[in-house]
Amino acid sequence: MTMMSDRQQLSYIASQAADARLNVELETEGMTLNIGPQHPATHGTLRIIARLDGEQVIWAEPVAGYMHRGYEKLTEVRTFPQVTTLINRIDWLGSFANEVPFILAAEKLMEIEAPPRAQVIRTILFELSRIANVSLFLGDLGVQMGAVTPVFLAFRDREYVLNLIEGATGGRFHPNFDRIGGLKDDLPKGWIDETKQVMKKLIGFCDENENLLFGNEIFQSRMRGIGVIPADIAKEYGLSGANLRASGVDYDLRRDQDIALSYDLADWKVWTHPDGDSWARCWIRLQETRESCKIVLQLLDQIPAGPIMTKVPRIIKVPEGEAYVSTENPLGEMGYYVASKGGLGPFRVKIRSASFSNMSITPWVLKGVYVPDIVTILASLYFILGDIDR
Amino acid sequence: MAPLSDTDTTSGESDAPQALPGDGLREGIIDDLRQRIGDALIETHIVPNDDLTVRVSNESWAATGAALKAAGFTFFSWLSGIDWMPSPYGTGEEDPTAERDAIDMTIKQGVCGGDTRMQVLARLTDLNRHVGITLKADVDDENPVIDSWTGSFAGANWHERECHEMFGIGFNNHPDLRNMYLPGDFEGYPLRKDFPLLARMVKPWPGIVDVEPMPVQEEEDES
Repeated sequence: MTMMSDRQQLSYIASQAADARLNVELETEGMTLNIGPQHPATHGTLRIIARLDGEQVIWAEPVAGYMHRGYEKLTEVRTFPQVTTLINRIDWLGSFANEVPFILAAEKLMEIEAPPRAQVIRTILFELSRIANVSLFLGDLGVQMGAVTPVFLAFRDREYVLNLIEGATGGRFHPNFDRIGGLKDDLPKGWIDETKQVMKKLIGFCDENENLLFGNEIFQSRMRGIGVIPADIAKEYGLSGANLRASGVDYDLRRDQDIALSYDLADWKVWTHPDGDSWARCWIRLQETRESCKIVLQLLDQIPAGPIMTKVPRIIKVPEGEAYVSTENPLGEMGYYVASKGGLGPFRVKIRSASFSNMSITPWVLKGVYVPDIVTILASLYFILGDIDR
Repeated sequence: MAPLSDTDTTSGESDAPQALPGDGLREGIIDDLRQRIGDALIETHIVPNDDLTVRVSNESWAATGAALKAAGFTFFSWLSGIDWMPSPYGTGEEDPTAERDAIDMTIKQGVCGGDTRMQVLARLTDLNRHVGITLKADVDDENPVIDSWTGSFAGANWHERECHEMFGIGFNNHPDLRNMYLPGDFEGYPLRKDFPLLARMVKPWPGIVDVEPMPVQEEEDES
């Protein structure tokens, strides 16, 4: 076994104890607790069946599928530009971020690239949808533990970001703004100044949230040392995004791959945390929101002049081939494996969504925890049902 | 107020990535894999400075996963399937009012080829070298079965359940191949190409051909 911190050791012992109890069948009477499908901690409709021994979970299993919409099948009967309408609805809190990897995959197959101006604006909108997504998480986190104030702060400040996204794209939740070869429209007048002001507000929100929530003693005692995921387990289960970095793995697709987005223009930092517990996952997301604001502020000053759309045929046909493109979405690695047969629509699209892998670890991580921790662990893993079920 | 964040716990600039991996690295990965699994490696395909796809034999699927894990590909990204048969119902992009041509039903596999209608796909990433690999393996048409990866990657559990449900591909040694999304007594495998999309059968999608004429301003003209 790899090196473990004290906390990880404790969590490991707890899970071993739970295993032992399952095998020996001591004379305690077990109980099955059903959580959901309609539960405030589930961001949609997820059901969790937990087998309890006293207050301790000895076995837990999430039941997904209440929101399966069959997007992979539906993409096969749509043209490439029509697919973005569907994939907007996968992670509905950060919709623009869903479009980008698919468009990049299509552009890779067509061997075209968006002009520099479109790439920078894409990156800005990408980060704005991350801020909109994660700021809701930061607010919602308090609700899971009975703190109501953070959610009001989060909704107040998230509204500014949604207004920006609406101002630029015309859609608050489902922008459908990204096009193969560029963007639908240029930025409206005055948008850049407005965004700068909002970003400063959002950095303030992060400080406020940090002092209100992360400094709270109850919050810390509910989060620290709970739901520890070691790095090797996290990688094996395909955890990505903040969940992976909270386990001490320094990997961020924004930095670690050569992709047609403008992250190299900005000076920013990838945060990691060695603990791998619920607190680390939340803390990483808080830091990343701040970094996103910094990225946006820097990129706003560097938008080059030029067209926002490269020359593409009026009817888009994507040449035969296969491509897999993934980006660092608010929830983690989101990728599309696109196979094209040279027609108007994709032959097959495999959607690699972050929450699907992030949730698959729950039977492992919930083993041995106590009942009130189920909700906080699920909240800290942060999933969106549309992203699990697709 | 000073933020409460403990900046000591973060990684420094020194962990920033080295130069992006070139094709030399990818060729090295192929050589390494060939040494580990031998002739089971059937075909490779490198997209210059971009991506790597490898096709291995069905029997060596589990061994390939274990070998790549040992070679540094510790991050399990996804696993799924693909049905290379052209859809007998068309792609939904044709003009529904026009007479359709007969659909060419020859099965043509993508990069790295293949001999069967369905293939299993998987993706692994090396988080230290920042390089990914896509793996393919044929599954038999009559008896689509392949070994499970759950021994090497615990995260493959859900992905294989989904693949089993959607393509009808069986996974040997999988602990629990229940359906994820569909009811247990659902018949058919939705992502196979011969499974009809009923909504599209009932009412064809106009696709790029707008069959309904645009509303005209006749009323205004008359008045």
